[in-house]
Amino acid sequence: MVNWIWLFFILAGFVVAAMNGNIGAVTEAAFEGAKTGVTVSFGLISVLVFWMGIMRIAEDAGLLQKLAKLLSPFVRYLFPSVPKDHPAFGYILSNMSANILGLGNAATPAGIKAMEELQKLNPEKDTASAAMCTLLAINTASITLIPTTIIAIRMNFGSQNPTDIVGTTLAATAIALAAAIALDKWYQRRSASSHTPPPAKPPAAGK
Amino acid sequence: MTNIINAISAWAIPVLIVFIPLYAAYRKIPVYESFTEGAKGGFDTAIRIIPHLVGMMVAISIFRASGAMDMLIGLIAPFMAKLGIPADVLPLALLRPITGAGSLAYTTDLIKTFGPDSLVAQIASTIQGSTDTTLYVLTVYFGAVGIRKSKYALRVGLFSDFVGFFAAVAICYLVFA
Repeated sequence: MVNWIWLFFILAGFVVAAMNGNIGAVTEAAFEGAKTGVTVSFGLISVLVFWMGIMRIAEDAGLLQKLAKLLSPFVRYLFPSVPKDHPAFGYILSNMSANILGLGNAATPAGIKAMEELQKLNPEKDTASAAMCTLLAINTASITLIPTTIIAIRMNFGSQNPTDIVGTTLAATAIALAAAIALDKWYQRRSASSHTPPPAKPPAAGK
Repeated sequence: MTNIINAISAWAIPVLIVFIPLYAAYRKIPVYESFTEGAKGGFDTAIRIIPHLVGMMVAISIFRASGAMDMLIGLIAPFMAKLGIPADVLPLALLRPITGAGSLAYTTDLIKTFGPDSLVAQIASTIQGSTDTTLYVLTVYFGAVGIRKSKYALRVGLFSDFVGFFAAVAICYLVFA
């Protein structure tokens, strides 16, 4: 998919430029784009170095675990099908806490560990369970406190107030997450009530 | 509402910068050493983005410079105008769930073209930061444990992106316009 999108931008640009008799613009834009890509990436260094330093302090101070504790009742509500003391909870919580603090490098391994634990509870190994769908929904909505990359880019292009999108981003992400959770709960209720009445009982009792 | 959002924008980072080291010091963590140790990773992270961002910036720059972007925007503008949404952010809504680097490059392009403090750039920045790349997350997480039938997970992810897009537009109008 990404391959096709990339090819489409270049090819459509080439065709339109040729039709407009403006083919010189393609070469110029290609090199200009490459330059912007590098400049922007280098511009990220300052903010990323600083922020990852701060986040390491948070990690070393055990703030991830603190945050996980705060989130724990919420996560129990989201994953009713996971047994109380199952190890999956721990991984789900570290996945969410790392996402909130913007620690992508820590969030993904924890998320995959959580998926592995959920897979152990999954009766059909090639089909996503309800809990797996919920974990995915949370991750695609990705609550992040500080959108550092975007702030850095805005800074690089001389924004008067590069961080003024922190509040709007947080509000939008909260609404997106609420929508994901609502639809996920709706699908869960639907598949639990109408779809499979006979096999729904034994697993429910087993948990 | 607007006041709360603006207050969060102004206070979130300063509060975290003070609170995190202070709490760590209370827990007897050598804060400065911790900071420099973690900060090392920032350089690599920034450098690792270069190939992705260069690739996508080149493609989007060609698309814009050729006039193809204006054609596309001109095509969708009348529909978007009815919804009161700047047409320039619609391609972002389509790119965001599919490619993280592509949508970041497109957001960068909008910031560059319209200026970082324009409403279009603010909306784009909000969309870019408020959701993750749904298809990528699905592939990585389900792929890791061999799930082939994702049931309704994709629909939930895309619905969340869709809602997030309109939420971002509405909130930015409320706060910035």
